[in-house]
Amino acid sequence: MENSLTLACIPLFPLVGALLTYGVGKSSKDLAGWVATGASLLSFIFTLLTFQQLRALVGAHSYEVAAAGAHGAHHGGEAQVYRALEAPLFEWFRIGDFGVDFLFRFDSLTAVMCLVVTGIGTLIHLYSIGYMAEDESRPRFFSYLNLFLFSMLLLVLGGNLLVLFVGWEGVGLCSYLLIGFWHKNIAFAGAGRKAFVVNRIGDAAFLIALFLLIQHFGTLDFVALKAAFENTLASEALLTAIALCFFIGATGKSAQIPLFVWLPDAMAGPTPVSALIHAATMVTAGVYLTARMHFLFDLTPYALLIVVCIAVLTAIVAASIALVQNDIKKVLAYSTVSQLGFMFVAAGCGAYWVAVFHLVTHAFFKACLFLGSGSVIHACHHEQDMREMGGLLKVMPWTGLTYGISTLAIAGIFPLSGYFSKHHIVEALSHSGETNPYLGTYEAAFTAVITAAAIMTAFYVTRSFAMTFLGSYRGHAHPHESPVTMVIPLVVLALLALGGGVLNGMVPFQLWLGHTIPVGHVHSSESIGAALLHSWPGFVGVAFGLLFYTVLPQVPKALATTLPWMLGALRGKLYIDELYGAVIVRPLEGMARMLWKGVDQRVVDGCVNGTAAIVDVSGEVVRNTATGQLRHYALLMFAGTVFLIAFYFAM
Amino acid sequence: MNYDYSAYYVLLSLVLFTIGTVGFIVRKNAIVAFMCLELMLNAANIAFVALSRRVGNLDGEIAVFFVMAVAAAEAAVGLAIVIALFRNLETTESSDAMELRL
Repeated sequence: MENSLTLACIPLFPLVGALLTYGVGKSSKDLAGWVATGASLLSFIFTLLTFQQLRALVGAHSYEVAAAGAHGAHHGGEAQVYRALEAPLFEWFRIGDFGVDFLFRFDSLTAVMCLVVTGIGTLIHLYSIGYMAEDESRPRFFSYLNLFLFSMLLLVLGGNLLVLFVGWEGVGLCSYLLIGFWHKNIAFAGAGRKAFVVNRIGDAAFLIALFLLIQHFGTLDFVALKAAFENTLASEALLTAIALCFFIGATGKSAQIPLFVWLPDAMAGPTPVSALIHAATMVTAGVYLTARMHFLFDLTPYALLIVVCIAVLTAIVAASIALVQNDIKKVLAYSTVSQLGFMFVAAGCGAYWVAVFHLVTHAFFKACLFLGSGSVIHACHHEQDMREMGGLLKVMPWTGLTYGISTLAIAGIFPLSGYFSKHHIVEALSHSGETNPYLGTYEAAFTAVITAAAIMTAFYVTRSFAMTFLGSYRGHAHPHESPVTMVIPLVVLALLALGGGVLNGMVPFQLWLGHTIPVGHVHSSESIGAALLHSWPGFVGVAFGLLFYTVLPQVPKALATTLPWMLGALRGKLYIDELYGAVIVRPLEGMARMLWKGVDQRVVDGCVNGTAAIVDVSGEVVRNTATGQLRHYALLMFAGTVFLIAFYFAM
Repeated sequence: MNYDYSAYYVLLSLVLFTIGTVGFIVRKNAIVAFMCLELMLNAANIAFVALSRRVGNLDGEIAVFFVMAVAAAEAAVGLAIVIALFRNLETTESSDAMELRL
């Protein structure tokens, strides 16, 4: 451990930026965007500096030793020494023996997350300058965006679970603020509220997990917790309960069944928000948390089975809903839910580094896809229905090209980035039985389902690409290529989506993460032919997608007419919103109404108003004795005196 | 022979006090009410003196002096109120003075 000043500066810039942006926005709305982007860029630069410090700390030679050890031992990750930079800011509070420090810690996992958050964050800030150029309240937008970046950095830099939780809630707040950014639209504001409320359910479980950890382990610091878990005598039931509580928290933030319903609605926010918060960074917080708490999850094979079950189910359900959506952002939203499912599959199999790897590649190509869709929406004057698009490749070559690259990347075609991470996920799943006997039973079924989800993924993104960019234009606007501030991020992200996987070959991602999380044995590289063979789900999906939506448009139409119930169910998002409405929301509303009308208005208000009424009536009665006649008062006094004397003698 | 006549004095005091009380309650005229009040005070004085003599010490007679002093002060304040009442309402009837009642 070594203290680092640059580390403390990383989250500082967006925080200052958030305040400054709002102030600057008062005088110049155009400057606000540049200030926010500058703050984000500075944060990225400082992340790079800190990253360099960490690399120096880890040391080049220990790298090679670790690599050699990793090849030799079955669990190579354990051969590597945990090293991290720290920035202890102050002691937050202390209650008896239990104390919490406000502490940032920067290890290899944090480094990856931080680079993704600030790097993609900066690109999306830049993009937003173009996208939000005509919005009246853009200083507020950039202020929120910086605030989000600050919260997200707290989340990934936090050295203990409580600092992480502050960031966790902070990103939730920013998500709410940004989904409902156009709050004059009631439906948009409602979407923000829905996201907030659904996330609170997960957060309640998260808090319970924290309390259980405090009760049984007396610390929330990751390093201390890891040490405590190594020789723990705690029962498996307790560990499973804690792990599942964390996972419920993760299902809220990372949009897994059953708490995924908020993410599709969150598309109400401006598209850069969807790209940054609801694709690249915030929604991956659950995956990060799982990777961060790997020492807990590794001890609970049963909890891992549940994680994988939920994740596989989410991946296939969301992918199937995405097949029929016509709103370009809805396709990508369900795609995100599905891809997050892929990440949790990897995490649930104990291949945390694969989850983080897919998180990174997904951040590249999904951010690119979202920004591409934003570019299209911007060009088509806020039209989001793909049936009103088509043939845009000719008028928007840059957007089309980058969208196309990202499509192939998410489809998982060699040698684009998506192939590497997705292939590792399938690989991890098919070997999961070796370490987790619970998973071994269902290994084959899970692998089949996840492969189907991968084919669907390739199909629906290709469909969205074909409907948007191929064929002829069906809308009524006059689309045009977006400004340069929007195209630059697209190109950068497309290059990253293109080369993200190759990057893995040059920079040993697995070994790098091995300093923090167990990575298992290092996979040897495969031949190009084998890799092309392994990307068959991508090829199949893309081929059918192109076939159905360019050459043979009658096939999907025929399918729709022969299977109308299926189309209806998928269009209706499997009626999950309706189900929740009937089972949870409406009974709750009914109960609230009952409490309001029955308890609050009758009992509580009745008590208060009743007291007032009693005083009122008794006053009306008693005031008759106050006649204003001196003689009456005298008579009363006399009667009173007589009564007192009589009383005295009677005693 | 030393006859004790104090009972008659107490009886007189009782009669005067009753007249004063009844008068204060029934009469509306503020001046008459005052007179009734004086009657009650002096009835008490008679009882004090009589019983003081019967008991054989001067405690009761000392109390009488206090009562007389208070009665004088009360008459001064009370008559001033009556005059103020007359100036404002042109009446000495206490039943007309009910401005403060809603």
